[in-house]
Amino acid sequence: MSDTIQLNFTVPGDDFTRAGEASSEVKGILKKLGLSPMVVRKVAIAMYEGEINMAIHGGGGEITVEISDQWVQMVLADQGPGIPNVELAMQEGWSTAPDSVRNLGFGAGMGLPNMKKYSDEMSIDSQVGVGTTVTMRVYLNL
Amino acid sequence: MESHAYFHSVTLDQEKCRGCINCVKRCPTEAIRVRGGKAEIITARCIDCGECIRVCPHHAKKAIFDPMSIMERFQYTIALPAPALYGQFNNLDDINLILAALLKMGFNQVYEVARAAELVSDATRKYMLRPDIVKPVISSACPAVLRLVRVRFPELIPNILPIHAPMEVAARLAKREAMARTGLSEEQIGAIFIGPCPAKVTAAKMLIGGEKSAVDGVLAIQEVYPHLIGLMKKVTSADLSQAGRMGIGWGSSGGEAAAVLQEKYLAADGVENIISVLENLEDEKFYGLDFVELNACSGGCVGGVLNVENPYIAKVKLKHVRRYCPVSCNRLPNDDLSNYLWEKPLEYEPVLELDPDFRVAMEKMKEMRRIQSHLYGLDCGSCGAPSCRALAEDVVRGIATEDACIFKLRDQVEELAKGLNLLAQHMPKASE
Ligand SMILES: Nc1ncnc2c1ncn2[C@@H]1O[C@H](COP(=O)(O)OP(=O)(O)OP(=O)(O)O)[C@@H](O)[C@H]1O
Ligand code: SF4
Ligand code: SF4
Ligand SMILES: [Mg+2]
Repeated sequence: MSDTIQLNFTVPGDDFTRAGEASSEVKGILKKLGLSPMVVRKVAIAMYEGEINMAIHGGGGEITVEISDQWVQMVLADQGPGIPNVELAMQEGWSTAPDSVRNLGFGAGMGLPNMKKYSDEMSIDSQVGVGTTVTMRVYLNL
Repeated sequence: MESHAYFHSVTLDQEKCRGCINCVKRCPTEAIRVRGGKAEIITARCIDCGECIRVCPHHAKKAIFDPMSIMERFQYTIALPAPALYGQFNNLDDINLILAALLKMGFNQVYEVARAAELVSDATRKYMLRPDIVKPVISSACPAVLRLVRVRFPELIPNILPIHAPMEVAARLAKREAMARTGLSEEQIGAIFIGPCPAKVTAAKMLIGGEKSAVDGVLAIQEVYPHLIGLMKKVTSADLSQAGRMGIGWGSSGGEAAAVLQEKYLAADGVENIISVLENLEDEKFYGLDFVELNACSGGCVGGVLNVENPYIAKVKLKHVRRYCPVSCNRLPNDDLSNYLWEKPLEYEPVLELDPDFRVAMEKMKEMRRIQSHLYGLDCGSCGAPSCRALAEDVVRGIATEDACIFKLRDQVEELAKGLNLLAQHMPKASE
């Protein structure tokens, strides 16, 4: 197995008009690699949702994307408030987003469920007061 | 595949080009490089959007279109005026004057593209009722949009409306009708589009969605305009126009979408805006839309580079001139769409990929990132590529070398200077 390509991004916590820049850049790179439109789309959608969550709920953080010849892996880590009940957070429609955020069209409680749906593997490691790390993988099925 | 033998309307005037990189920076598909002081277009990537023509301060980018003399090649000629043409004239109240002037110019017949547009709108409405289609349906009338989707947004190809554009429909219908009426053969009849943009010129030469276009030539609105101005003063109005507000509305942004009669639509214009809409559609960042109208030019087709008038003024004029027209004059006779649907599907053209083999592409990507990390990230364009990333990419594609970067070159000169210095110190001194 050949070694991987690693990409690092910082997601600002205050400005979520900029969230989406990282997933958009990754999308461009995956297209250049000639990956199937399906894979590109899965990664882009899952990563964008994660980016938005980091910006809105996690106070910003770091994303590491790794591309191997088998999969694309996204690790999204923040030092935000953490998720008290992950199982609950994973439910469709569950959201703690404040009204200010809902007015912008977020807060439907669909982000985490969509990340689960569009990635092939996903795990959440979250500790209240410490932060949240979401790891997702999309397989290339070459 | 046809990707190698590309005809393009957009070309460069070598003489006028000063290598200033204005166009390089603005091209939406990164298709332009400056080499040896002159711009070059990577033809497989060009979508004929005309952006480079718009931004070139030296007017070195131009669109190729047919000369007026093309009319002489045919026994019988049909003018196909684009709706945008109607928006070019001051204080015009009557479209018939334009059409009469076209006849005076020497055309045997006029078939308004606005008329075909109403048929295409009707066909679109019928298509939208099909249960098996992928929504939102994305309009296909702007050839620059089709080419953009084909190279950059393959995931959205199933959303594209597989119906011929009004220009093509007009040419086919007009010719068929003229053949029946005159008894002439297809080759003797010339269908000549009078259009707003290089994208349409290219579409007439290399049709997307079918084998061969029925359009035999494309004249620029710009070229025809001065002739029409003179002739319009000499003609009297006759009842020639057969198009309504809906068809004429196609000339500016939002017109096509409005004619689909769907509430949930979006209309975007200008190449940057349409790219951002396509990115969003691709990532499903919004849903619930039925129809998306995209025009590569700001303002819609009145914004095409071969027009005379400013797009926003033309938009107002277009509104003015059609205000007394009936809403719509043309409908399909039945539910049969076979005359309108594409004969050939749109196919992905992976011209932006690094390599067809994923493993090779991975290696190239690694190399590209390594090179990029050594560049200065100023995106100054002096190397002739639109950004440092693009230069790194050109290097791995083998179409440029790293020392095209003037800062890299400066570093090398500095190294060289240091070396020389060192060498000088070690040289025996001349005796005092
Ligand atoms: N990185 C995070 N840090 C802290 N809490 C989070 C984080 N990500 C998600 N959550 C919590 O999980 C809830 C559900 O997240 P999810 O992404 O599914 O919905 P949402 O962000 O509220 O709305 P939507 O994603 O539909 O706009 C959030 O409201 C928030 O309480
Ligand atoms: S017409 Fe558009 S795509 Fe073609 S070279 Fe010019 S700017 Fe680029
Ligand atoms: S918007 Fe109209 S004028 Fe502009 S490129 Fe597309 S078809 Fe041509
Ligand atoms: Mg969310």
